Amino acid sequence: MSIFRSIVFSAVLSGLIGGTAVTVLQYFSTVPLILKAETYEHQAPEAGAKPTDESAKGHAPHDHASHEHEPTAWKPTEGLQRNGLTAAANILTAIGFSLLLAGFYALRGGVDRHEALLWGLSGFVVFTAAPGLGLPPELPGVPVAALGARQLWWIMTALATALGMGLIFLHRAVWATVLGFCLVVFPHLVGAPQLAGAHSDVPDALSHQFMVAVTMTSLLFWTLLGCLTGVFFRRFSAR
Amino acid sequence: MQQTRTAASLPIASHDLSVVYQAVIAMALGLFIVGFVGFSHIDAVHNAAHDVRHSNAFPCH
Repeated sequence: MSIFRSIVFSAVLSGLIGGTAVTVLQYFSTVPLILKAETYEHQAPEAGAKPTDESAKGHAPHDHASHEHEPTAWKPTEGLQRNGLTAAANILTAIGFSLLLAGFYALRGGVDRHEALLWGLSGFVVFTAAPGLGLPPELPGVPVAALGARQLWWIMTALATALGMGLIFLHRAVWATVLGFCLVVFPHLVGAPQLAGAHSDVPDALSHQFMVAVTMTSLLFWTLLGCLTGVFFRRFSAR
Repeated sequence: MQQTRTAASLPIASHDLSVVYQAVIAMALGLFIVGFVGFSHIDAVHNAAHDVRHSNAFPCH
């Protein structure tokens, strides 16, 4: 079997299992908190919008509010459709991340079980822990800085952390370690885009609970995905 | 021409290079999928993957 096919087959299988597992985890951890936060989100604009409607004309209200009330934008119906799409999006995301992991496994000439676990944990650090330091997981309804700026910082942080960790773990030279640490630290010196002086109706305790829930589900997801991708890649590439 | 000659005289190196190409294409495909699901600005895609974006701590509206 060609390497490409081994990578794709192992990623699809790992993504299906990992994506389904994380959907079940999220169903009991993060999704109830999102639904709870949405009750605050939907209350907020109605309470404040009426008196300021005239004066606020021409000003874009909070990004999410304007977006949520856009009548033309398609939205899934509550219940089965919404949860089904969450499962589909989780599976697709898991396949995407697994393609990345399997690509690295192929470049390294294969991995054993322990290395696969470490690759999974690295994925957690690169895609959850490092961007999450500057942009903690946020609930709907919590005011945030402009989407484009946050996405740019998120991508830059993930990239710099990945390069940095690659230099630290895969090169033994002192210069590589030093440069690696600089790359890991750099995005946090720049700082994530923040919204100054914003007030949120979503209670802090709920936001904190969500942060813990996201981080823990993500840790389990990446551990599982790293290991599954390793097992399947070994199996398919041996054929 | 150059490539064919190199490939013929260095079969191992060309095999390694082909592994690199295949791995890089697969990884690019993976990043494209993650980018589309988690970062697309298309409203319908955002609404469909809304809970996943929040649960994965991807920047969302």
